[in-house]
Amino acid sequence: MTYLAKPKFHHPSLPKNALGYTHRDYEGSISTLCAGCGHDSISAAIIEACFELAIEPHRVAKLSGIGCSSKTPTYFLGHSHGFNSVHGRMPSVLTGANLANRELIYLGVSGDGDSASIGFGQFAHAIRRGVDMVYVVENNGVYGLTKGQFSATADRGTKSKRGVMNNDSPIDMVGIALQLGATFVARSFSGDKAQLVPLIKAAISHRGAAFIDVLSPCIAFNNHAGSTKSFDYVREHNQAVNKLDYLLGRAPIAVDYAPGTLQVVEQHDGSKLVLRKLKDEYDVSDRVAAMNFLARHAAKGQVVTGLLYVDNEPEDLHLHLATVDRSLNSLGDADLCPGAATLEKINASLR
Amino acid sequence: MESTDISAPDYFHKVVDCQWACPAHTPVPEYIRLIAAGRYGDAYMINWKSNVFPGILGRTCDRPCEPACRRGRVEKEPVAICRLKRVAADFKDDVKGRMPAPVRLKNGKRVALVGGGPASLTVARDLAPLGYDITVFDRDRKAGGMMRSQIPKFRLPDTVIDEETGYVLDLGVEFVGGRNIDSLKGLLDEGYDAVFVGSGAPRGRELDLPGHQEAQANIHIGIDWLSSVSFGHINRIGKRVIVLGGGNTAMDCCRSARRLGGEDVKVVVRSGFEEMKASPWEKEDAQHEGIPIFNYMVPKSFTHEGGRLTGVVFELVQPEFDPKGRRTLVPTGEPDLHFPCDDVLVAVGQENAFPWIERDIGLAFDKRNMPVVDPDTMASTHPKVFFGGDAAFGPKNIIWAVAHGHDAALSIHRMLSGEDVTERPLPDVTVSSQKMGIHEWSYDNEITPDRRFRVPLRDKVIALADIRTEVELGYDVKLALQEAHRCLNCDVQTVFSSSLCIECDACVDICPMDCISFTQNGDEADLRTRLKAPAPHADQALYVADGLKTGRVMVKDEDVCLHCGLCAERCPTGAWDMKKYFIEMSHAGKPCQSSRRSAA
Repeated sequence: MTYLAKPKFHHPSLPKNALGYTHRDYEGSISTLCAGCGHDSISAAIIEACFELAIEPHRVAKLSGIGCSSKTPTYFLGHSHGFNSVHGRMPSVLTGANLANRELIYLGVSGDGDSASIGFGQFAHAIRRGVDMVYVVENNGVYGLTKGQFSATADRGTKSKRGVMNNDSPIDMVGIALQLGATFVARSFSGDKAQLVPLIKAAISHRGAAFIDVLSPCIAFNNHAGSTKSFDYVREHNQAVNKLDYLLGRAPIAVDYAPGTLQVVEQHDGSKLVLRKLKDEYDVSDRVAAMNFLARHAAKGQVVTGLLYVDNEPEDLHLHLATVDRSLNSLGDADLCPGAATLEKINASLR
Repeated sequence: MESTDISAPDYFHKVVDCQWACPAHTPVPEYIRLIAAGRYGDAYMINWKSNVFPGILGRTCDRPCEPACRRGRVEKEPVAICRLKRVAADFKDDVKGRMPAPVRLKNGKRVALVGGGPASLTVARDLAPLGYDITVFDRDRKAGGMMRSQIPKFRLPDTVIDEETGYVLDLGVEFVGGRNIDSLKGLLDEGYDAVFVGSGAPRGRELDLPGHQEAQANIHIGIDWLSSVSFGHINRIGKRVIVLGGGNTAMDCCRSARRLGGEDVKVVVRSGFEEMKASPWEKEDAQHEGIPIFNYMVPKSFTHEGGRLTGVVFELVQPEFDPKGRRTLVPTGEPDLHFPCDDVLVAVGQENAFPWIERDIGLAFDKRNMPVVDPDTMASTHPKVFFGGDAAFGPKNIIWAVAHGHDAALSIHRMLSGEDVTERPLPDVTVSSQKMGIHEWSYDNEITPDRRFRVPLRDKVIALADIRTEVELGYDVKLALQEAHRCLNCDVQTVFSSSLCIECDACVDICPMDCISFTQNGDEADLRTRLKAPAPHADQALYVADGLKTGRVMVKDEDVCLHCGLCAERCPTGAWDMKKYFIEMSHAGKPCQSSRRSAA
């Protein structure tokens, strides 16, 4: 935490994006989290991703619940829309907002407490309905705001800072997301922006339920020996399955990697995800294989990261509900009261 | 790259750009903090130790520190370092009691100083407290040299010169005014153990054009004219005056002429406006007083009628560059211009003159007829004779003269102590943490967005009416405090310990200037392309530290760091700390150390 505002001065030759903004223009107010918190790195990664995609800040809605993670939307995209909901209720508010105005980019920011405990049901249903959103879980395995009790994602056998053992089974958020039909699933690490930033960019461009589980060490309560969510543990046990070089354009890709080491996923809008494979056998388009792979490695205590699954023809809630393809606030009287003739037609269809 | 050796005294010194650029290495941020704290006397004494003439330099320094100031790379203009120095001099209490007391028991060694200007007085200041018997000779009656004779009083009042030369002479230095030394051999024969030549560059260059002979009564050499004005021998000039030359002397000439009856005063320069030798602020001051500057005009002849000057004819030229980028001035072909005038002041350069140094006493001169002087020790080829100031390498400025004086004094002291003159003691360096609490530092780390504050000036009508009325009023206490806050405290260094770092990226994310990167090591040219923000200034160091768990290196580009300390506030393990670096330059009297002292 810092009491001073971050100085407005910036590097004189900072790059600008297509909108003429520097990455500093995507910042929010100064973080009040503990010094060194992984969540601040995730905020920086979101800032970088939005800067690189040249997203207009007013096109983003940030939604969160309660917790350290849920405080972070204040610390990035200071010119975007925001909603800080009740504990664990971010997914419902996000779903409602999305239904009302499908033209915004929805960024749900939550934590392991907010999504795996009090809001577990909310999380599950937003995913299975296929709400078009980026759902980021800042996962540190403890309740930081209440002095570091284990959360539902803490691995069995983990030791707390005071030496207490966790005997409960962990909830694997990635496993649940895969099972419930998320069409973009990734896991990353707050200490590896080179991996995290492209994943966030790809998730933003994905038109469906995109879920990213980000391991984010809690410096104050969960960064010691005996923790499986510490900087050292994650770095030692990290098994990245691929490296994502996200490409926005539709231009043909010049491939200079050995055959078989590159996987290109062309998305529905024509943009391409270029993946450099780090594990030969891994295929990001196979949901069942992904679940097996994750389970096998989790049993060995390894942390699998990277883009784990992507469906290049995602469907979303609006498609299923056959909603109007404009935001509700843009509908005029003529759209909302189509007249007696139309009503007659509808009634006739129901007889 | 190799890990940076932050214990080398020069490494952090270079980060304090202003101090590094100052020839006398004045600890600028330290005195600016003292000004902000209202401790003007302390700020003055820190200056006095480094540069001997804070009040004089605070008005007249050529300020090499300001173009170097980091603030100028972060926003538009540097901190007004020079004028803050004047604040220390203006608002200090009586500092007489803090000056060294005259030494009663002399060490028996006699040193003669030729010339009573800044170089000689610095030598006197450094050597007198060590017990040397110092005699200063000057052709003028009072000490100060060119500071007194050539700088107009409206920029530098006599009271300031009297005060600051007084502090030196009060150390028990004998001043022999009104004596021109006309033989170095003769002086050496008087039995001095060492002689320091600080006699300046006293000869103004002539401009021998057609018509000079006939009109010479109204053609004046700039520096001679200025000193006649200073000493009150001249107090009028014609209504229409042309000043030839584009240096600071030309600016002093035109502004002086403006105050002595010159109503239509013009400066005419061969080169373009940007390449003029005068400092930008001196050009600005001249223009402010309604003096136009004409560029790319080469004087061709003086016109005259009945033995009286009537004007100057100029050829119009333009710059042309050869393939090597060298500039030549070629005539534009347009008809010559004639500017009518009553007087001409020629300020086209100064030269050294050593007719008084015999060429057969073992003191070598080079092809340009300048003495051969070692730039580190200021020693000539004669074992007892040392040089400094403009006399050493031609016209420079006061702060260089002071730096030369320190070096020469150290050499003289070492020689007369039987030590090797070429061996120079290393400076003393102290580095101390500024941490007071979790988010508290013993310096003000909040960065103000304020732009540079202008120094208040006296009303133009009043200022132009009297040549002895000082133009600049100086900052008042409130303005000084605001300007002092603009200093970035570059001497409070970001010090990194790899062994404590957990690579959480907190510092990378918080740094407002994107100075910090964690990346794979490489050679410098390669690393500079891979950092979080471009690092194009190769003269600004990269601070590299290895020993991290992931095998990467921490690279910090020192270039535009605000020294705001947010990296250290955000660091969960204390791997970053803000430490104040203070370097004390080696002056005469400091013994050589056998081993280098660690800086961190």
